[in-house]
Amino acid sequence: MSTEQKSPKPASARKRFSIIDKHRIIETNATLLLIFSFLVVTIGGLVQITPLFYLENTIEKVEGMRPYTPLELTGREIYVREGCYTCHSQMIRPMRDEVERYGHYSLAAESMYDHPFQWGSKRTGPDLARVGGRYSDEWHLDHLRDPQSVVPESIMPKYAFLERRMIEPTYIVDLLKAQRAVGVPYTDEMIEHAAADFMAQADPDSDYGGLQERYPNTQVRNFDGAPGVSEMDAMIAYLQMLGTLVDFSTFTPDASR
Amino acid sequence: MSNKQKGDPETTGHSWDGIEEFNNPMPRWWLWTFYATIIWAIGYSIAYPAWPMVNRATEGVLGWSTRGEVAKEIAAVNEANEAINARLESSELSDISSDPDLNNYAVQAGGAVFRTWCAQCHGSGAAGAPGYPNLLDDDWLWGGDIESIYTTVRHGIRNEEDPDARWSQMPSFGEFLDKEEIEQVVNYVMSLTGTPQDPSQVDAGREVYMDNCAACHMEDATGDRMQGAPNLGNAIWLYGGDYDTLMETVTYSRFGVMPSWEERLTEAQIRAVSTYVHQLGGGE
Repeated sequence: MSTEQKSPKPASARKRFSIIDKHRIIETNATLLLIFSFLVVTIGGLVQITPLFYLENTIEKVEGMRPYTPLELTGREIYVREGCYTCHSQMIRPMRDEVERYGHYSLAAESMYDHPFQWGSKRTGPDLARVGGRYSDEWHLDHLRDPQSVVPESIMPKYAFLERRMIEPTYIVDLLKAQRAVGVPYTDEMIEHAAADFMAQADPDSDYGGLQERYPNTQVRNFDGAPGVSEMDAMIAYLQMLGTLVDFSTFTPDASR
Repeated sequence: MSNKQKGDPETTGHSWDGIEEFNNPMPRWWLWTFYATIIWAIGYSIAYPAWPMVNRATEGVLGWSTRGEVAKEIAAVNEANEAINARLESSELSDISSDPDLNNYAVQAGGAVFRTWCAQCHGSGAAGAPGYPNLLDDDWLWGGDIESIYTTVRHGIRNEEDPDARWSQMPSFGEFLDKEEIEQVVNYVMSLTGTPQDPSQVDAGREVYMDNCAACHMEDATGDRMQGAPNLGNAIWLYGGDYDTLMETVTYSRFGVMPSWEERLTEAQIRAVSTYVHQLGGGE
């Protein structure tokens, strides 16, 4: 080793920064280091997260949002179960190319009844935040049965089994109650009629007036064109309502967000 | 065992098996880069939205916002295209292709619209899929001239959202004909462009055809574009021309739907995509 290395500053020069030099105490005491690390992370977290709950910039009231109907909520459960979120996002970012392709950028309020939210992080397939009403039920049926029949270059798996799995609203009350427990404003009336609403939405011959009163802008159709309520009905009902609740012809975005 | 030599920096005082750790100061370039990032952060949080206050976050002296940015970007593109879009909207549809500038713009813009909104059913190359028409050939259900394509795109087919949508419905012949008659007519239709399943039924099928089908599909089976009745004499099939598919089509009928695009696309976009489809190969 060379003996002609620069020598460090003399000790007298370092004394002036003695407060800064105190970090030695923390660095040599594991418990103290842990306590201070937690403190720093806590402050950082509080500063970043807490304001989101009260800042006007982040809380935007939007007209038209309502909780999912029992059938849509079931479709959403299937969406989560099948892991659709691993390839499809539900979050249109505020960029021109996305707005041109998918429609108005997503608003925070549009995910307010999503527990957990389905923003996703990867787009192997397209964004689905506003897929509702974009295609016919028949297209969705063809596409979910065999995606390659309509989009030959697609690598999406086939979900034909959905239409063979008939579903009953056995646990729908529990599901609604669970959602209510985490903050979705399902009323007692909604929970009381959950099973009936579930069946009514997929049957255009049913008495669905109450359903549409409880959940405005609900689409009532036989979504898969086959008798009974299948998972396919629930799935298409969910897909066809995505992004359709907010009327963007009357929405004025606040620029400062 | 220390090999410490004269002029070496101080050590941290730790010693592991006689190995000591020099207490060198941070390299100067690193330290100054670190200070520079602190100064940058201060400047950044003044220029851009940053600090949460009582009701709102600070807005930053530059007045930048994500939403403002995207609105500005969209407005800039719309403004740049305004003149040519106005020209596209005011031109006669049939004149677009004879104006090279306008045609070029319409085909490019229309291609973008097509790939965004139409490709899911008609295919990214417009070759269609079973149940969704091929737009490359010259077999048109509702007409292949630019005006007809424009009307189809604008109002759609058999949708309930647009009262001007093209509308026709083939009856489910399973309700009027018995299975034998349907088998006969299917064999007749197959005989027009290929080999019937059972040649002995063709003659009887011809009669069933003339009584039940000829009104829309015409006696010579060339179809009728006024009603969107397909030509059955050209071996181009929307749902399939094999025996089983034809049996299903005649028994239960089909009901292909296309949405109305009037509400979703601008007039210029509809004209552009019509021009794009028209020039793909089958345009008349």
